Amino acid sequence: MSAAAEDVVTEAPAVEAVPKRAMTLGLGTSLVVLAALVLAPLFVKNFIIFQMTMLLIYGLAVLALNILTGGSGQFSLGQSAFYAVGAYTSAILMEHFGMNYALTLPIAGIICFGFGFVFGQPALRLSGVYLALATFALAVAMPQLLKLNFFEHWTGGVQGLVVTKPDAPFGLSMSQDMWLYYFTLVIAIGIYIASVNLLKSRSGRAFMAIRDNEIAASAMGVDVALYKTLAFGVSAGITGVAGGLGAIAVQFVAPDSYTITLAISLFLGMVVGGVGWLPGSIVGSAFIIFVPNMAEHISKGLSGAVFGVLLFLVIFLVPHGARQVAIVAQQMLGKLTKR
Amino acid sequence: MLVTHLRLGAFSAALAVLAASSSGALAQKKYDTGASDTEIKVGNIMPYSGPASAYGVIGKTQDAYFKKINAEGGINGRKINFISYDDAYSPPKTVEQARKLVESDEVLVVFNPLGTPPNTAIQKYLNSKKVPQLFVATGATKWNDPKEFPWTIGWQPNYQSESQIYAKYILKNNPNAKIGILYQNDDYGKDYLKGFKDGLGAKAASMIVLEESYEVSQPTIDSHIVKLKSSGADVFFNITTPKFAAQAIKKNSEIGWKPLHFLNNVSSSIGSVMKPAGFENGQDIISSNYLKDPTDGQWKSDAGMKAWNEFLDKYYPEANRADLSVMYAYTVAQGLVHVLKACGDDLTRANVMKQAASIKDLELGGLLPGVKVNTSATDFAPISQLQLMRFKGDTWERFGEILSGDVGG
Repeated sequence: MSAAAEDVVTEAPAVEAVPKRAMTLGLGTSLVVLAALVLAPLFVKNFIIFQMTMLLIYGLAVLALNILTGGSGQFSLGQSAFYAVGAYTSAILMEHFGMNYALTLPIAGIICFGFGFVFGQPALRLSGVYLALATFALAVAMPQLLKLNFFEHWTGGVQGLVVTKPDAPFGLSMSQDMWLYYFTLVIAIGIYIASVNLLKSRSGRAFMAIRDNEIAASAMGVDVALYKTLAFGVSAGITGVAGGLGAIAVQFVAPDSYTITLAISLFLGMVVGGVGWLPGSIVGSAFIIFVPNMAEHISKGLSGAVFGVLLFLVIFLVPHGARQVAIVAQQMLGKLTKR
Repeated sequence: MLVTHLRLGAFSAALAVLAASSSGALAQKKYDTGASDTEIKVGNIMPYSGPASAYGVIGKTQDAYFKKINAEGGINGRKINFISYDDAYSPPKTVEQARKLVESDEVLVVFNPLGTPPNTAIQKYLNSKKVPQLFVATGATKWNDPKEFPWTIGWQPNYQSESQIYAKYILKNNPNAKIGILYQNDDYGKDYLKGFKDGLGAKAASMIVLEESYEVSQPTIDSHIVKLKSSGADVFFNITTPKFAAQAIKKNSEIGWKPLHFLNNVSSSIGSVMKPAGFENGQDIISSNYLKDPTDGQWKSDAGMKAWNEFLDKYYPEANRADLSVMYAYTVAQGLVHVLKACGDDLTRANVMKQAASIKDLELGGLLPGVKVNTSATDFAPISQLQLMRFKGDTWERFGEILSGDVGG
């Protein structure tokens, strides 16, 4: 009986073993993507730049979830809570303490790391769907906590906080949007490289060992408790930085911005991008930003239903998300070059 | 002689025509992005999906109304191109959609975006871009702030002035009341609460015996009502949205609690609140309104209501006529049409704001008799009048005079 239950909870659907090499893009492809991300803003309107900034920010949040789920095999539907804590940390430090926006980000990251690490402790006892539910509770509670009278002086309560958008420094003749985009891009690349290295390192191997087989991992001498909470902490920390950037880009934080819908969107982005495939994060992020707009374009009254159909098609046709598409594309490219 | 005279006459006449037409072209027709000889682009943001999607009907009604205006020749010959996007009531999405409207679709104004958090999120942006944030669909008090935000203007009476009217009524008629309050724990509920406490002034602390709050996600509020009854309150201020308001009215009568009941106008609809709650349970409840409730029998032969019904028959037949939001949307769309008409051929953003801030005693078919739209350079709260009403039989009986309470942001 208990063995059967154990099976159900430890079996992690959609998270299959991903070899280390397959977690990243090749050097050539990475450079092409990087060049596209660097050059694109020079040719488009500010509005598109803003959308691209949001793309990177949600991409970071999806990446964070990917480390947690794809890396260490733990589920979380509570990422919106970490995102909210990061956003509020940045907003409060900027607006109430007049701190420079760039300095608030590491603080948001550290606070969220601590928050995630602490939350990871009780989460140790749970796995699979039970863990997903526990984190779900966190996501549901967060908007209400932000509304509490007790914090209202700092959080602005239900009215939220308006954040001032930073100008480009050093007298650069660049629009605020473009500056913020490049600022975000640098941070995103930094975090991406760090994440790749993390997963390739000893800790990363420990994460994956836990994901693949917890008992075997502990038999090998991996401190399961430590690495599980660590994965939570790292994931929360990155989400917090994304949240802080999001607050600066949107110029506003309010409890309604960080509801369970956001957590589900991020989860969706991870699945669509390919669980455990870090570059897929940005594809997943594009999905959660642009596909609702497309759905709305198709039918205003039924935008939710259209979105559902599109999502269903993606899951049905490419269950492993963007990773699958990338692998197929690579194989086809390989055939072409051989010929 | 005669010929030269004629020639001179013709020449001077031609000159005069030329002068008139050229000066007309130069001095009168002025456009900002989003307006041209043939069209006016109006942007709008609505929660068509998400938790507040019930309000999406406002956008749909407005779309239908502008179709009617276009079919009848448009505004001074220009068609309204109404571009409405979904933000799912999520502020980051609102920012994205507002930027899309302004920078990609290049609209002249952003009209009637819905909700306090979404509007707060885009207020700073629209003001820095000098794009009118016209007639926002929220009753928060802060939109009436022309000094700080000259490009943002409200529309409906704000929550605080409404609850101040109730507070004044209580102070006058029940100075020794023990008041119990139930409010929704969000910006809307807290705004009402604040106005109410401000209205009671120094006596608030001694008069209010219990404040209960509920979350919009709760399935029922029965336990709160029981608690309020046991607090011994004899006046009940009910700050709830329609579903909960109906529950509260029903529960009150179930447990035999008969306080003097004040119901916020958000939930004064007969069709969606009073009827489901049971008319016999709702007798003598006091509320207030500025719109004509389409489900109220007293307006059956009213001219404004007839025009509304004709419009819906032709352009939006599937509309739910019991929904006060349809009436709201119709009225605010008329407000926009009034402003754009007043702009004449000077369709610049600055002139739109100027005209929006100089409405004098405008009466619209959907407003209660005596309620007028008024704005000025220092008054960005277009509708600030309400009338108290008491529920009798199966209809609201209005009583007392039209009250106004302007609260600045």
